[in-house]
Amino acid sequence: MRVLVAMSGGVDSSVAAAVLAEAGHDVVGATLKLWGGASDSGCCSVADVDDARRVAEQLGLDHHVFNFTDAFEDSVVAPYVADHAAGRTPNPCIECNRTIKFGLLLDRAARLGFDALATGHHARLVHIDGAVSLRRGTDPKKDQSYVLSMLNASELAKVVLPVGELTKAAVRARARAIGLRTADKPDSQDVCFIHSARGRRGFLAERMALHGAELVDASSGDVVGTVPAGELVTVGQRRGLGVAVDGHRRYALTVDVRARRITVGTSADAVGGRVVVDRTSWVGPALEPGDRAFAQTSAHGSAAACTWQGDAVVFDEPQPLVAPGQTVALYDAADADAVVGAAVATASEVPIASEGPPEDPSATV
Amino acid sequence: MQAYLDHAATTPMRPESLAAMVPYLTEHFGNPSGSHSVARRALVAIDEARDEVARCLGCEPGEVVFTSGGTESDNLAVLGASSPGPGTVLCSAVEHHAVLNACDARGGTTVPVDRSGVIDLDAMGEQLDDRVDLVSVMLVNNEVGTVQPLADVAALVRALAPRARLHTDAVAAVGWMDVAALTTVADLVSVSAHKFGGPKGVGALVVRGGSRLDPVLHGGAQERGRRPGTHDVAGIVGMAAALRVATDARDDTVRRVGTRRDRLAAGLSTSIEDVRETVVHGAAKVASSCHLVVGGVDQEELLVLLDDEGVCASAGAACASGAIEPSHVLLAMGLSPVDAKSAVRFSLGYATTDDEIDHVLSVMPKVVERLRA
Repeated sequence: MRVLVAMSGGVDSSVAAAVLAEAGHDVVGATLKLWGGASDSGCCSVADVDDARRVAEQLGLDHHVFNFTDAFEDSVVAPYVADHAAGRTPNPCIECNRTIKFGLLLDRAARLGFDALATGHHARLVHIDGAVSLRRGTDPKKDQSYVLSMLNASELAKVVLPVGELTKAAVRARARAIGLRTADKPDSQDVCFIHSARGRRGFLAERMALHGAELVDASSGDVVGTVPAGELVTVGQRRGLGVAVDGHRRYALTVDVRARRITVGTSADAVGGRVVVDRTSWVGPALEPGDRAFAQTSAHGSAAACTWQGDAVVFDEPQPLVAPGQTVALYDAADADAVVGAAVATASEVPIASEGPPEDPSATV
Repeated sequence: MQAYLDHAATTPMRPESLAAMVPYLTEHFGNPSGSHSVARRALVAIDEARDEVARCLGCEPGEVVFTSGGTESDNLAVLGASSPGPGTVLCSAVEHHAVLNACDARGGTTVPVDRSGVIDLDAMGEQLDDRVDLVSVMLVNNEVGTVQPLADVAALVRALAPRARLHTDAVAAVGWMDVAALTTVADLVSVSAHKFGGPKGVGALVVRGGSRLDPVLHGGAQERGRRPGTHDVAGIVGMAAALRVATDARDDTVRRVGTRRDRLAAGLSTSIEDVRETVVHGAAKVASSCHLVVGGVDQEELLVLLDDEGVCASAGAACASGAIEPSHVLLAMGLSPVDAKSAVRFSLGYATTDDEIDHVLSVMPKVVERLRA
């Protein structure tokens, strides 16, 4: 099999390439240049490209660098900025997987005559009777099925995930055993185009106007504080609001960037039972309204039992609020490791209506 | 088979050049700045190389400054012959980055070009005044092969910017044009050995008659203080040997390579739909350059599949990561970003064979068909 391996310069994709090459496949490495700005992390720093190239050289593989900066700007960065401007909390890594790695790169791999595209994601693909299923990776702490949950069967059919069966420790051990320079390289943590010195705020401030916002207590209706940039507040967030009422920390319950108002409440307020979604996609057959599932609402969160309603999930037990823009990954009710599909949250419904004054958007600003 | 059609990136070394270098990497290892016999042996080689380079470039031996290559020559010219300040440096928008970025470091400005990459003389005239220290216009563009009207540029500079000196980056011209005759109008001329069959890491800057030059590097008295640092004796000797052969063989090479280039360009544009030459027919161009826009094809993908077929071509310039950046030359020529990403450069050399051309003609149609499918 001819396989193109997307090599970020990290240990997982290095070992993915090594595993495929050892298995006798015809393997070529590719590193994507996604970002031209000042960035200290992620796939596009020159040091990471060097690592990917040097690993490919060591494994005896051809290696290419592909320039996807324009598409990345249009499909990932611009929507990221637009989401923040609208008060949503985007997940740019998922957009990148959707549009770049498993979109443009997958198409390119096919045109260049490759049978499959491999990545270093910790998730497993199981092929049974011509159908492909996406499952959680073997290492529960490193499982990345969440960030692949929006891929469909026809995309997954052309994908190989060689390290999904390995724990992270096993990946590193393998890398050390063959002497790969990336064996002990730390995992990447942050959004690749956000420079750690300037942060999300510094990045967004260059591309959009940030506005101060009032923090309004959900129960009393009182203005209890302000934040310098309402666009940077995430529903469910506690840290950084700098507000406590009666000695209790407050959580962001809703973000209204137009009204420049953020409602805050107690930890008991910051839970919801129902998450409204759109942009639904399915790995295989779609769930029907009323079907049971498990829903995971963040990359490292746990999945909770829920019922699918067609345009929303309803949790059995109240769950922390899900910020609009976040992906909701759905897992099989009968087989909790199997991804059935994904959707993007548009709203978490917050049970706060019984107390406090009625909301009047024109009252503040 | 392999078809190496990236001579504008670098050329295979001419055997004469390699042979000339070997003694200076072995028995004649002296430092020419010393005073004893071993040093003097190396100094003789430098002196003879300087004479040869001067003869081929049409200048006096004392006007030749040996450098580490085209980038250093360009930087030395731009930075050494201008003072910081607004409006002191002017260059064309299609210069090599060695000129463009040095010009930018001086706060300089660029002059637009037309659809073929030829400098807009009217626009240049408007930017010329007595503040200008240096004007830099390349003799031949390294990407698309367009020849600039250097004599017209020089006349304009002399008339409108009396203080200015004229630099020309002739890196892409050596071996293809009569550089000695064409650059007599310039005060400063850059060349690079590996573009004409010499080794990498050595070049020269011609600094004509009494032209004052502030050094960029500070150190010893080599090259009359204009370029300190121990001479790369073997490299300089190799450059001189390559330059002699390239100059003496030029007419024959241009005829031979030009025929092959025309066959390649005509063959590809007739056998494949929507393939056209980037520089319009009739514009002055070097014989080695076959630069095409292949409609509907991404250059990165085209280069990968050509490489799979043994064809070495190129597109644009590489950034630090190795990714291809959209060509500033093509964008300055007014190509759309989409066309600029569909462009590919085949650059032929003295050693290019008919078999190599045949190979490209045979593989390119199926490669393009696959990418367009």
